[in-house]
Amino acid sequence: MKRLFALLTLVCCAILLASTGFSETIKIGFNIPLTGEIPKVGEESKFAAEMLKEDINSKGGLDVGGKKYMLEFIYEDNESKAESAVTASLKLIERDKVIAIIGPNSSKQAVPAGQVCNDNQTPMITPWSTNPDTTKDRPWVFRAAFLDPFQGPVAVDFAMEQFKAKKAAVLYALANDYSKGLAEIFKADFEKKNGAGSVVSFESYGDKDQDFSAQLTTIIAAKPDFIFLPNNYNEVALTVKQAHDLGWKGPFMGSDAWGNSELMPLCGKDCVGLYFSTHYAAAGATGATKEFIDRYQAKYGYQPADVAALTWDATNLILKAIQSSGNVTGRIKKVRKDLRDAISNISQFDGITGSMKFDAQGDPIKCAVVVRIAENGDFVFTKSVCP
Amino acid sequence: MLTSIIQNLFNALQWGSFYSLIALGYTLVYGVLLLINFAHGDIFMVGAYISFFVTAVLLGSYTVGLPFALSGTMVLALAVPLTMILTAFVGVMLERIAYRPLRRKGVNRLYVVITALMCGLILENGNLALLGASRKSFPEILEKVVYSVGSFSMTNLKLLVIFSAILVFVILQIIVTRTKIGMAMRAISYDKFAVPLMGIPIDTIIVFTFILGSSLAGLAGLLFAMSYPVLDPFMGSLIGWKAFIAAVVGGIGDIRGAFVGGFLLGFIEILVMAVFPSTFRDLIAFSILLIILSMKPTGIFGVARTTKI
Repeated sequence: MKRLFALLTLVCCAILLASTGFSETIKIGFNIPLTGEIPKVGEESKFAAEMLKEDINSKGGLDVGGKKYMLEFIYEDNESKAESAVTASLKLIERDKVIAIIGPNSSKQAVPAGQVCNDNQTPMITPWSTNPDTTKDRPWVFRAAFLDPFQGPVAVDFAMEQFKAKKAAVLYALANDYSKGLAEIFKADFEKKNGAGSVVSFESYGDKDQDFSAQLTTIIAAKPDFIFLPNNYNEVALTVKQAHDLGWKGPFMGSDAWGNSELMPLCGKDCVGLYFSTHYAAAGATGATKEFIDRYQAKYGYQPADVAALTWDATNLILKAIQSSGNVTGRIKKVRKDLRDAISNISQFDGITGSMKFDAQGDPIKCAVVVRIAENGDFVFTKSVCP
Repeated sequence: MLTSIIQNLFNALQWGSFYSLIALGYTLVYGVLLLINFAHGDIFMVGAYISFFVTAVLLGSYTVGLPFALSGTMVLALAVPLTMILTAFVGVMLERIAYRPLRRKGVNRLYVVITALMCGLILENGNLALLGASRKSFPEILEKVVYSVGSFSMTNLKLLVIFSAILVFVILQIIVTRTKIGMAMRAISYDKFAVPLMGIPIDTIIVFTFILGSSLAGLAGLLFAMSYPVLDPFMGSLIGWKAFIAAVVGGIGDIRGAFVGGFLLGFIEILVMAVFPSTFRDLIAFSILLIILSMKPTGIFGVARTTKI
């Protein structure tokens, strides 16, 4: 009886030991919009992350200093709202005790969530946010995308060259940090290059608006050479259609928020032939980028947009930093601190959206591409612009 | 300048048509039951989704499609009654499940209004759970024709929307003021307790009211989906509330009031946006409505009711 008891205790201990050995996981949080305004963005982020997690976990986990750790990704829905993004960040930091957060994707949520992560000393990397405020003076916040002060002039130069434009009009979403910031940068740059007053119409709309006819009437009456729309894909679909209804036949220029697989199903033939600046062109990609696109397409049935590729890069960046930091088991505060230092020490990273160097603010310096929407809905590479 | 003013007037006519169509539904139910059916905006949303599925089946996008192809106008001609009938069914279901049991128990109207609010949220989130968060793109049924005169443009769809709103108003006005069933509806709102004593089947009349109101929401949903072909589960809440305010300003319970109120709100919103930045739209629009209400608290067409003891 005694021996049996001893044996049982031993077995229990062994199981306990073994289970602690196996249950050593690295927790990374994802703060992404799975519902709300732009659910497709969240879905693609999640799918890309799942694909990466399966890759690594199927090989036994992430190798940190000779020991393997399984990855655990926690997806928190921010409903594409600023206030929910803040709550989601806090939840991930306090409850789930993640060592780093990836996301939020839109600047509208990334700017406030960045503040929360910075205050709570948790590394955050946003894959898609292009507004400078997200990382500005926040040592704990990083990003994988280029910035709007770079993207704005890319759009200006392209439009001046392609459309021979001398006069521009802008329609932007006032409640969206991304849209508003980019619209203002675009306006300042266009007026610098074409003289004051060359942005003939600068109109805005509010949250959840569906009718833009009044603004578009004003814009069309001002006779611009093209209309710049730095807006989310769902609003773009409505704006472009309504502008055509009002008799507008000129070109549109867009920004990286257009690059979503839902744009063409929503917009249809109205969007064919339009141009927008983005992070990568799926059609005609090569090397590791093509491999990623093909695998994603085979697994989920549609071509991944830039946000999926950027999430892939951002997650890889974090994993690389974890490996170089080497500390994943200590006190959570120390782990986060070491991880932050490791991320800021990465000087160059070759991702599938191009190679990036990081500056003092934690912002990458990387190239942008301009794509054209083809008849079959593909985003075809037109021009690459590097800083 | 002149053309852009005329253009904006037409924009406002189209936008106001939607407010009017939804406001008519609010006012009908209120006029009969004195119940503010806050779920109406969401019934409108359900109507838009129903029209989406109806047209998808008619266009043969699903395997259960029809064996023969239909022309665009035929699809529209079939989609209108089908959407109206199915949406009316949803409205009547709500009345059966949520409002009638409460009415039978004779509870305060406040509870019924709260129930209506909850029903709206259930419809929204039920849709979110059922169909997911990604948006639906409404197919183009009618071949779009843009009529351009100088720098002034109009589409056949916009004309259809404006024409429908006016037609619906005329038909409703005739039903309520000229028919027996309309007389019964007015009688119920006048005295709910005396009406059954006169041998009027009160439940039938109420169901009829819900059929009318919800089928209008269905029609509005179809036209809205055709004009703004991006559908999401929360599309109805904001426009529903605004239409409710339009109905109140017009004088809730009065059909002319809903019609005029809807167009008034549409005109104010579009014209404010044409002149001021978009941030001023709701501020100015609702300030004007507030002034109208403070001068005439019962609304433009409203008559003050005195309760008899």
